[in-house]
Amino acid sequence: MHRHLLSIKDLSREDIELILETAEGFSDVLKRDIKKVPTLRGKTVVNLFFEPSTRTRTSFELAAKRLSADVVNFSVPTSAVVKGESLIDTALTIQALGADFVVIRHSCSGVPHLLSKHLKASVINAGDGINEHPTQALLDAFTIKRHKGRFEGLKVAIVGDILHSRVAKSNIHCLKKLGAEVRLIGPPTLLPEGFKKEGVELYYSMEEGLKDVDVVMMLRIQLERQDRGFFPSKNEYFTLWGLTPERLSLTKEDAIVMHPGPMNRGIEIDTEVADSPRSVILEQVTNGIAVRMAVLYQLGGQ
Amino acid sequence: MKILFNSEDIERTIRRIAHQILEHNKGLEGLCLVGIQSGGVTLARRLADKIKEIEGKNIPVGSLDIAFYRDDLGIREDLPRVRKTDIPFEVNNRVVVLVDDVLYTGRSIRAAMDALMDMGRPARIQLAVLIDRGHRELPIRADFIGKEVPTSRDETIKVELSEEETSDRVILYSAKAE
Repeated sequence: MHRHLLSIKDLSREDIELILETAEGFSDVLKRDIKKVPTLRGKTVVNLFFEPSTRTRTSFELAAKRLSADVVNFSVPTSAVVKGESLIDTALTIQALGADFVVIRHSCSGVPHLLSKHLKASVINAGDGINEHPTQALLDAFTIKRHKGRFEGLKVAIVGDILHSRVAKSNIHCLKKLGAEVRLIGPPTLLPEGFKKEGVELYYSMEEGLKDVDVVMMLRIQLERQDRGFFPSKNEYFTLWGLTPERLSLTKEDAIVMHPGPMNRGIEIDTEVADSPRSVILEQVTNGIAVRMAVLYQLGGQ
Repeated sequence: MKILFNSEDIERTIRRIAHQILEHNKGLEGLCLVGIQSGGVTLARRLADKIKEIEGKNIPVGSLDIAFYRDDLGIREDLPRVRKTDIPFEVNNRVVVLVDDVLYTGRSIRAAMDALMDMGRPARIQLAVLIDRGHRELPIRADFIGKEVPTSRDETIKVELSEEETSDRVILYSAKAE
């Protein structure tokens, strides 16, 4: 394994499989009465979040705590960053405090990569700009494996704002490496032709794209990034790209529905679908802890 | 390379350990076997088979992975692979016989006891091993021992237990043969 987890692009298929296999072990731990193991006792994990996030940060925090590590959360409004400290100075300060792992989220792509060049601690990318969100892709893969048992020959549709989605990008790399067939569905404004070079199929219609897929992965419409008029209105979006029960019926009978959260009910996903037995959305959240524990374990062993 | 045990030796030894476990615990009431991954798991299954032959009853068998409980994470070069922990029964108030192939520093056993304690509160923990090669680093001893083999630290002991039981052996590798 590597010292940092910056992107899925850097990982081999074997690396990904090892993380998924390790996560199985942690998933068992999380089902016990005592959901804690002493693996990272004495280590310190710092969550450095320059963007608002509750679920990813909490998930990393719980993962670290279940491994008996100490956790410190740095979020922007309370840190010296608002006083003008540079990014690298902030990171070096955190390292000087004794961090062994720095979990970073930033609105600029490439920030984790930059930090990894300056820090001795292991850097984990918890989402950088529109680039990647590797642990989300790993937990999605883990969830798919649990339900489908394989990736080879599996048809996975990723739907929505592909352009701005780091979740989509990490998932494309991850699923392709594992041997799945990936299709992207979305409005042309949010699904540039350039994605074709990733070896995926592009669809500009839900009805065509969803046909016979095993997994539907919905993306959050990032309302904060839609100020440039990529689609006319939320209503219009739901009419054309929302996952409704009728559209879901085009997929395979046992297809699962995923969403990285937080969901916009009634914009990208119909409430009935979100709450249906086909939805594994809450399971993704649970699996996220086990997968992040596996990542910390694999990086920590170096 | 020296072969310490062949298939027949191992067969006899496992039978003896099975008898000792039963004698010591006066039957298999409240008893269970837990094999430590990976070497102890096959041995635990073999012991369970023997116990069934002797008593005519099944004894619960589980497997325990100790990767998350090791004390050398970050020190050893290769990270241990995480294997299956599968204990399909309550350990509370049971007599748990931990099973491992080779007892060496005792650190794996310490880790296994900690892991077991996180699953419940056994009435008693006992330890059965096929080979005790010495060099303990912790105050741990086995209750049931197949064979004590004096070794030096640069030697390696390998226990090979196959599923079909015909090509079992215990091999001692000297440092030079590596």
